[in-house]
Amino acid sequence: MTLNSNKIWWSIFATGLLPLLVLAIEIAADSLGANPIEAIHIRLGDWALRFLCLTLAVTPLQTVTKWRGMADYRQLLGIYCWFYASLHLFAYLAVDQAWEWSLIGLDLLESRYMWFGLLAYMIIFLLGLTTSKAAKKILGKRWKKLHRWIYFASFSAVMHYFWQLKGNLAEPAFYLVVVAFLLAFRLLACFKNRQVSLLMIPTGKRHSV
Amino acid sequence: MIIKTKKAVPSSEITDPGVFSARRTLLKSLLAGSALAVGFPWASGAFGARWQDLPRGEYSTEGLEVTPADPARKYNNYSEFTFNKEDAARLAQALPTDPWSLSIAGEVQKPVAYALEDLLNHPRLQERIYRFRCVEAWSMVVPWIGIPLTELLQAAQPLSSAKFVQFTAVYRPDIMPNQRNSTMLAWPYVEGLRLDEAMHPLTILSVGMYDEVLPKQNGAPLRLVVPWKYGFKSIKAIVRIDLLKRAPMTTWNNYAPDEYGFYANVNPAVPHPRWSQSSERVLGSGFFTPRRETELFNGYGEQVASLYQGMDLRHFF
Repeated sequence: MTLNSNKIWWSIFATGLLPLLVLAIEIAADSLGANPIEAIHIRLGDWALRFLCLTLAVTPLQTVTKWRGMADYRQLLGIYCWFYASLHLFAYLAVDQAWEWSLIGLDLLESRYMWFGLLAYMIIFLLGLTTSKAAKKILGKRWKKLHRWIYFASFSAVMHYFWQLKGNLAEPAFYLVVVAFLLAFRLLACFKNRQVSLLMIPTGKRHSV
Repeated sequence: MIIKTKKAVPSSEITDPGVFSARRTLLKSLLAGSALAVGFPWASGAFGARWQDLPRGEYSTEGLEVTPADPARKYNNYSEFTFNKEDAARLAQALPTDPWSLSIAGEVQKPVAYALEDLLNHPRLQERIYRFRCVEAWSMVVPWIGIPLTELLQAAQPLSSAKFVQFTAVYRPDIMPNQRNSTMLAWPYVEGLRLDEAMHPLTILSVGMYDEVLPKQNGAPLRLVVPWKYGFKSIKAIVRIDLLKRAPMTTWNNYAPDEYGFYANVNPAVPHPRWSQSSERVLGSGFFTPRRETELFNGYGEQVASLYQGMDLRHFF
């Protein structure tokens, strides 16, 4: 890793901590509004979703700019998604529900939007668990397959957002568009690659005429 | 690499809790003062108490810890203006609420019209402390000021054909952005009750809260308060009341009939299709405080359960 890319890595690392710092200051200053617990949920959930989108944006960016070697940044962004999603879940369990398992159980059973959140988190957790180079080596080809589950996680996370709201659907709609766009980009690239590779397969007919 | 070890905070550095909270109060009052200075009167009790020593009706709920006025004034659903609770207080200031009149018509012998002043000075005005439970699973305890609705309805002499009551909110697309853009719901906002629900002594037409006239974001100048039902039934800025033979179409029910019922009685056993109603976050309660377990009819079962005797509350949700 060159010094330059190292610098980039560290600045992403530092920036990723900023939302948490701002939240901590706002909690200390009691400036999160009339329902601070809900505000904490929204902040942490939003940042988990934002880092998820950023993680997904790395590959398209790499393709467009032809700038190689962004995998390390993608990993870091992914870890931040995992970090904020974990805090989001922790805030729900500890700050909001105060570990009242009977109420948590009922909530999980009856709140369908929670099912999507949980599914998204389980996937993100698994991807976070297998983020290391060692895990990548052990899993081999399966690693890539496993990490494609990030698409399920992102759609599930967006559903989790949509399904808990009464009105105000603009924000989840925005994330839906972003995720759909990033996925569409990949599908298109994949389709194009296949066409290119089809052209590269010698058919034996082309020169026969 | 320098590895810092955890150091215990010496007791001399721990802030005395009294100092801490005093400092916080000071900061808050400074903030409130500056908010006033730059013209955000709705951010604090700037109107001054209009009512003092109003009788607290026998139907007011005893033994509840009243939610501080601040969250009640700042955390509002007002879908005519916005779907963002934090913005409602600012946007709602645009609605002129004086003069205002309320008409009661439909299946009545004697249609009546009230001017706002008649209601603000009504002899039966009283304070009612009620739990207020939103369908979004948060709640507060509000000291409302209002008139038992039955008094106003009876003045119009309902006909025997009257079975339902329809409430219609103000229609001002020039002022209310979501009405202007026909966003999401069918405007104006309409709510409805069965006549016996509307005549129940717990049902009030509210003109104030916390000893003051209603802030605009809380539904000034007139709103319904039906404490055993989800908050969306308690329609804001009412301009007319009609007594009807049949059940009226109501706004949220019309928008998503499987999610928001006509009755909308608070009931922990009937979840919203997308979220649980078993518990609620009480506004003003601190971090790491458990949610409150939601009660059937929001805790008013003793007074209202008889209205629904023999009804399947899962079906008539």
